[in-house]
Amino acid sequence: MSEHDTPDTAVVPADDFGHGAVRLDEGHVIGTGGLPDRFENPGLPPHQPRMSDLTEAGAKRAEKQVAALFSVSILGTLVFLVSYFAIARDTYVFIPGIGDVDLSNVVLGTSLGAALLGIGLGAVHWAKTLMPDHESVEMRHTMRSSEERRQGFVDTLRAGGETSQLTRRPLIKVTLGAAMGLFALPLLVQLVGGLGRLPKNELSLTYWSGEVGPDGKPHFKPLRLARDPEGTPIKAEDVTIGSVFHVQPDGLLPDPTSDEPELRAGLESGILEAKSKAAVLLMRLNPSDIKSQKEKDWGYDGIVAYSKICTHVGCPVGLYEQQTHHLLCPCHQSTFDVTDDCKVIFGPAKRPLPQLKITVDDEGYLIATQPFREAVGPSFWERGQ
Amino acid sequence: MTALAAKRRHPAAFAFLLLLALLVTGTAYAAFAPRPAQAATLGADQVVEGKKLFQANCSTCHGLNAEGKSLGDGTEAGPALAGVGASAVDFQMGTGRMPLAAPGIQAQRQQKILFTPEQISQVAAYIASLAPGPAVPTSSDYDPATGNAAKGGALFRVNCAMCHNFAGSGGALTRGKYAPSLMGVAPKDVYEAMVTGPQSMPVFNDTNIDPQGKRDIIAFLQTVHDSPTPGGMKLGALGPVSEGLFAWIFGLGILIGCAMWLGQKSA
Repeated sequence: MSEHDTPDTAVVPADDFGHGAVRLDEGHVIGTGGLPDRFENPGLPPHQPRMSDLTEAGAKRAEKQVAALFSVSILGTLVFLVSYFAIARDTYVFIPGIGDVDLSNVVLGTSLGAALLGIGLGAVHWAKTLMPDHESVEMRHTMRSSEERRQGFVDTLRAGGETSQLTRRPLIKVTLGAAMGLFALPLLVQLVGGLGRLPKNELSLTYWSGEVGPDGKPHFKPLRLARDPEGTPIKAEDVTIGSVFHVQPDGLLPDPTSDEPELRAGLESGILEAKSKAAVLLMRLNPSDIKSQKEKDWGYDGIVAYSKICTHVGCPVGLYEQQTHHLLCPCHQSTFDVTDDCKVIFGPAKRPLPQLKITVDDEGYLIATQPFREAVGPSFWERGQ
Repeated sequence: MTALAAKRRHPAAFAFLLLLALLVTGTAYAAFAPRPAQAATLGADQVVEGKKLFQANCSTCHGLNAEGKSLGDGTEAGPALAGVGASAVDFQMGTGRMPLAAPGIQAQRQQKILFTPEQISQVAAYIASLAPGPAVPTSSDYDPATGNAAKGGALFRVNCAMCHNFAGSGGALTRGKYAPSLMGVAPKDVYEAMVTGPQSMPVFNDTNIDPQGKRDIIAFLQTVHDSPTPGGMKLGALGPVSEGLFAWIFGLGILIGCAMWLGQKSA
């Protein structure tokens, strides 16, 4: 054992730090060092008479103050009523510190605020200066009732049971219990029924999975990747290194040339829900930057497609940094590494983003060759079954 | 009139008229003559001048021949610039991001532009001569008047809003990087940023968002920027974070003050 193995500083004796910890009866107050057996009740502070109680002039002043506050409210209401009609909307004025504001907005808000605040402040000031300031004390008592009263309650209950013959006729007791117990069920059924029908396998399926047939199983058909929101298909050559495409499956998006009512009809028939599950991010990386072989195999020449829905709570993970190849979720800062199969490198997400396997069709457009292998988005009980 | 008519036989009248005619012709020519398109001429001398400027100002990080420079520890002092195009040079130098004022997380927009537009176009010509890349857009490419703000809004919300905020007021990225605010940014800069993808920003090439779509986005940003704020203070237009902070500090502060006043004894 050499000298280097032992620390130079030996154990310092405790005395160097003083005489140990401060005891409970020691403090900053210099005293006898002993605690009293019992703290005396300090009582209430002495009653302070108010100016308005002492002199008539003080009371008069308080009266005027309260009246002034109520007058502020009256004035505010009148200003509100007048300016509601007098000031045209979209009249913009410059107010220092706030900037250009709609005059009508500011005047209406300020006057209504003054009107309400005037009533409130006036009432409080009235109560504090002129209403009686008699101080009353209500002593605490224990919550528990006395033994006699508790026994009395039990006796009354028992006597009630006897006189109503409930204890003598068990048939009534049992049927009443059953009736009341069963009555809870309709309430419960409504509550559970109000949660909607069971999702079955819908949470695991996306628009990429294909249409669900009468057998309840999806029938996959390779879909083209389409730009969101235009709905136009994407060629592999369109995707250059460093670019990111926001993608929806072809056929899901409403025709961009359609008119407004059709679009609205589309929104009502669940397009938004389908879009929020099927959203995909398409990026092209230098193939040598990709570390995961599965990611390379499921992509096409460095073009990779990943679900845009965060595996934490389902926010759209849209913030792609083309230099670091990090995907950031704006809600809780979960960060995914696109070079390594979108594994989580920071944040609360627990699983990598699901990858969509893609290739190109005869015309050079990107298509999905299989649906997502796992459910997109956040976890749920039946996930992975 | 008679005085003028009497003077028309004056010996100096001819010389005066000649001078007047020359002046009018010269002024008219200067006013209507087509200007030489400076950005379009990628003349050899432009490239030579640009290379000189590049080697004097940029080569410390980007290498003497714009081949990029590695720091040896896996990071790079500056990326290779072949193929980034004249547009990238025009964006980076025209907004003062390059030459980098100081090494940092991210190059920032500067108020003071160190180079004249001519010098920038020379460097751009040099970089463009290395390999083909996006050219500097012309004013008709990014004219917001020809864009549809409603369509631009739809494009913006899908492609841009997650980083640059729904109102274009910017937002945070990972590890200190950020997406800058787009309010008051020149349409040309917005267009060039989309085409070239500076720093963390992905590239939005013409096959992703076509030029008309880019104009739509610029028109949308213009509309957002010009739209008035009835309530005054925007608080950065950042959404619930800044507004919540304001309400918590000032709203709750006032409520606490009221509660203390209510509990006080009146004298």
